[in-house]
Amino acid sequence: MITEARQPPGGGIGIAVRDLKVAYGGTRVLHGVSLDFAPGSFTALLGSSGCGKTTLLRALSGFVPVESGSILLGGEDIARLPPEKRGMAMVFQSYALWPHMSVHQNIGYGLKLRGASRAEIDAKVTSVLSILGLAGYESRKVTALSGGQRQRVALGRALAVDPPVLLLDEPLSNLDAKIRLAMRHELKSLHRRLGLTAIHVTHDQEEAMTMADEIVILDAGRVLQKGSPEEVYRAPNSPFVAAFLGADNVIAGEARLDGEALAIRLPNGGETRMPAARRVEGDCIIHFRANAVHFGAGSTRAGLRLAGRITQSSYPGGVYRYEVETPAGRFLVDDERRANPGEAIELLIPTEEMHVFPAGMPSA
Amino acid sequence: MTTLRALPVAVLKVFALALFAFAIFGPLTNLALWSVAERWYTPFKLPVTYGLRYWEVVFRPTGDAMASLMTSIWIALLTVAVSLALAIPAGYALARLKLPMRAAIMILFLLPQAFPSVAIYINVARIFYQLGLTGTVGGVVLVHAAHGLVYAVWIAAAAFAAVDRDLELAARNMGASPLRAFFTITLPLALPGIIASAIFVFLESLDEFTGTFFVGVPQVSTLPLLLYNASMGGNYQIASITALILLVPSVLFMLFVERFLRADVLSKVGH
Repeated sequence: MITEARQPPGGGIGIAVRDLKVAYGGTRVLHGVSLDFAPGSFTALLGSSGCGKTTLLRALSGFVPVESGSILLGGEDIARLPPEKRGMAMVFQSYALWPHMSVHQNIGYGLKLRGASRAEIDAKVTSVLSILGLAGYESRKVTALSGGQRQRVALGRALAVDPPVLLLDEPLSNLDAKIRLAMRHELKSLHRRLGLTAIHVTHDQEEAMTMADEIVILDAGRVLQKGSPEEVYRAPNSPFVAAFLGADNVIAGEARLDGEALAIRLPNGGETRMPAARRVEGDCIIHFRANAVHFGAGSTRAGLRLAGRITQSSYPGGVYRYEVETPAGRFLVDDERRANPGEAIELLIPTEEMHVFPAGMPSA
Repeated sequence: MTTLRALPVAVLKVFALALFAFAIFGPLTNLALWSVAERWYTPFKLPVTYGLRYWEVVFRPTGDAMASLMTSIWIALLTVAVSLALAIPAGYALARLKLPMRAAIMILFLLPQAFPSVAIYINVARIFYQLGLTGTVGGVVLVHAAHGLVYAVWIAAAAFAAVDRDLELAARNMGASPLRAFFTITLPLALPGIIASAIFVFLESLDEFTGTFFVGVPQVSTLPLLLYNASMGGNYQIASITALILLVPSVLFMLFVERFLRADVLSKVGH
């Protein structure tokens, strides 16, 4: 556990990425990424594997050469500087701890390079270890530590040099589920305390949502959407983002603009009106989350109503989970009421849970 | 039932093991016997008189054997120095950098082994004669190094390749220059492999006969040449003792490899 040791806030520096292009051996991986990271913010780069999120992080840290574009760190373009001159500290997915060194030597390495005295290094290592709840581990071999402890030492090594920017490359993905959840909160509170600018790469939506102030969703080397967790979750700007954030049930329909409202009609019957989040006219696709759907009977919520039949039921706890077959497809439905397989029910997709996009927009 | 059926299998195993042990230890026992046999002639199956007289001859400080041993060790150490000076940068480059024709370069180091060595060494001797290198320790070291480089470079490349790239990048990320990262992270982690390759080159040099014969004789006499002369002259005792001395470093090396060289390094040799 992280103890509440006092740590002078180092203060983060903002980063501005402008039209960044990166290629590996002739294959373009980042196609002109432009992003702003506010000083002291916690941003998660979210995307599936191969979307370019790790490449973006490695371009920031200087491990992959930049083809064109700029990376402004507090106004200075660092895109062509070698990694050792960038002042960004990275926590690697593999931790990348040096197995021939002790915990003390690993954490003190950066300070030693900066010409710190022995006493300064000792003091800093002790303070970092106490913040990370590893007090007294100085002389341990890193190979003798557990996964969670290694992760902390890797974090400690990065924090020891008081970096203005902390880069996190899926640092929690190699941990057990339980430790992972605890570390999320520890990292988050540590970030809040130190005030540095953190950029966190992850493919785990929940991890990104719970830890970050800002979420950047990447696909195929491009930024699709940037916003707070609520914004990207509630108002995805594309079918890809909607599907990536769990709204992966799709039904086709037809939309018509009617003043400020959007009238939706399904080919097999069923229609509703909703506030127009975006202007859609003609054929459309509607994304929604399985867990946002429930039985329509007895509900007055506005939304699309579909006739269906229960094909499976289970009780994961709290509510019942049903698989319902409808003319538009099979969906998972959560409801508090108890029903039996074979029963005919009405299914309700509330309008505020529907994400409507013009048909033909690229999807996941 | 099972014990009954297992018995023939066990007997077969023991027999195979005994055969294997005999194949290895038989000649060694013969060597050991010869080294302590002061008189041994037909029709006797075992030496007639035992004694350490020939050991005394070999280890006499003024004797040829000690001089040859010293020359051998000196040449082997110089060969290791020359090989490592080339193998460390070459191995790192082959492991890390995107070199064009990487496979061709790896094969290039193999070439000295690929052709009949006598043919090569006769030509080397001719060229070295023009350069004034025949009969010198330097000439012999060059021949041994050319021979040892294939092991040195291949093993060094494997040792560097086994060091996770991220470990180096982490050092750079913490502010280390490329050179600093190499000397504080990469080299220490690759060291067991490098040491193994050094020992291998050392042993190869200690053992080398053909090249030394063509380039070094008569001025430079190493232990294998002494062994050759002794056995040609019918002095089996001296030859056996020399052979036993040559055996010691090999056994030590096997123990080192078994103890320090990790499987992930060995698996990368030649890749």
